[in-house]
Amino acid sequence: MQIHETSLTGGFTNPVLDSQNVFRTVMNCMAQPGTIGEVAMGVEPPAPLGAAAGAVMLTLCDHDTAVWLGPHLLTPGITGWLGFHCGAPLTKEKTEAKFAFAHHKAPLPSLMSFAQGTLEYPDRSTTLVIEVEALDGGPTLELKGPGIRTTALLSPKGLPEHVLKQWAKNGQIFPQGVDVILTAGHRLAALPRTCKISLKEA
Amino acid sequence: MSELAAYNFAYLDEQTKRMIRRAILKAIAIPGYQVPFASREMPMPYGWGTGGVQVTASIIGPDDVLKVIDQGADDTTNAVSIRAFFQKVAEVAVTTHTGEATIIQTRHRIPEETLKEGQVLVYQVPIPEPLRFLEPRETETRKMHALEEYGLMHVKLYEDIARHGRIATTYAYPVKVHGRYVMDPSPTPKFDNPKMHRSEALQLFGAGREKRIYAVPPHTDVVSLDFEDHPFEIQTFDKPCALCGANHVYLDEIVLDDGGKRMFVCSDTDFCETRRAEGHTGEMLAPSQEAAE
Repeated sequence: MQIHETSLTGGFTNPVLDSQNVFRTVMNCMAQPGTIGEVAMGVEPPAPLGAAAGAVMLTLCDHDTAVWLGPHLLTPGITGWLGFHCGAPLTKEKTEAKFAFAHHKAPLPSLMSFAQGTLEYPDRSTTLVIEVEALDGGPTLELKGPGIRTTALLSPKGLPEHVLKQWAKNGQIFPQGVDVILTAGHRLAALPRTCKISLKEA
Repeated sequence: MSELAAYNFAYLDEQTKRMIRRAILKAIAIPGYQVPFASREMPMPYGWGTGGVQVTASIIGPDDVLKVIDQGADDTTNAVSIRAFFQKVAEVAVTTHTGEATIIQTRHRIPEETLKEGQVLVYQVPIPEPLRFLEPRETETRKMHALEEYGLMHVKLYEDIARHGRIATTYAYPVKVHGRYVMDPSPTPKFDNPKMHRSEALQLFGAGREKRIYAVPPHTDVVSLDFEDHPFEIQTFDKPCALCGANHVYLDEIVLDDGGKRMFVCSDTDFCETRRAEGHTGEMLAPSQEAAE
């Protein structure tokens, strides 16, 4: 494989402290759905992978995690970046993916087509990282569930339509199901499988 | 530290941290479910909080303020050595004040002071499986969790009532998290169970020897198992703390002599010290102060 020059640059300046920082942001967002986290350090993954999505990739992916890349992200630059910085294997099988990265500009496969975990091991499910247009300015979603005192609001713009439709089903098969991290540029938010989402009337 | 550049920040190597971090995220997404993880050898024996230490090491950053308690106390061996460990390997600020801490690692207690949003409580867990003493086979307990088959646990509590007239379990009292998983809150006294319910803080549990991580996100239902005619109740104490006079706190018994004299004091040393600094005195403290004056 030819090495793309963008594959070698744009990682963490300080891998140890930067990945700790990004992880705490992701952890807080996952523990408190509706919270929007910010990736402040200068991570520059090859376009169109966003900074926050790239930072999540650097923080959580390695040789133990098969990664699925959506069609829009399956570029030599990004696969090279993933290989060089994380050493993570690529997979075409969605059910084998520990992490799946997708972009709003390409169609996202059904949530049910990814690994759902088993009843005995519900943790063996895919975590989807979906790049949306923005985390605000879209239709307002009302979130309920663990991590939320009463309700929380999130208005992601460019979230694929079927994600909302399939989300109820994702919740019904609890404890199985996928977890989602939404990213937009430097910002991110998380939707763990326990989160109940309803579309708030404007 | 720089001349001793032998250890990575927070001791663990980065691959281990990533593995633990992935387990923590899944644990948060499935409240009360025990996520298996590849627990590492730590520079302390199993049973000394290696699970909690690995969880803390994977989440801690240079801006954190760490508090470590052992049975509520900041000054017992386990707490002192773990605090010193993180001062050495992560150069992190430490405190004994519950309110100032961003991460609190605990063995067998939840602080009396109500935890706030943004704080993380890390429990050291010896046996994470609440069903283990009822069913020794992991394959079976895993299936029981999968099928939400918790009848055996209720039988155990019922047998308590049949034998003792009440539920005799006083610590590691089983809870149901988010209406789904029965979870061992670690050997905290059942006095602390109500504090877990809809706590503002994130609660993470690490079991090093048993290689399990589980979590309770903030604002999550944590309900102690009971029966309609035998509702869950916490321990009560006849007298207030002998040093600070606090009521409705968990007290430790301290034997004073071989003639049967004893006193009961707060198990949470920070809570007790803060109250005494505020001028509260209990019955054992008051006379000596008067004598000094």
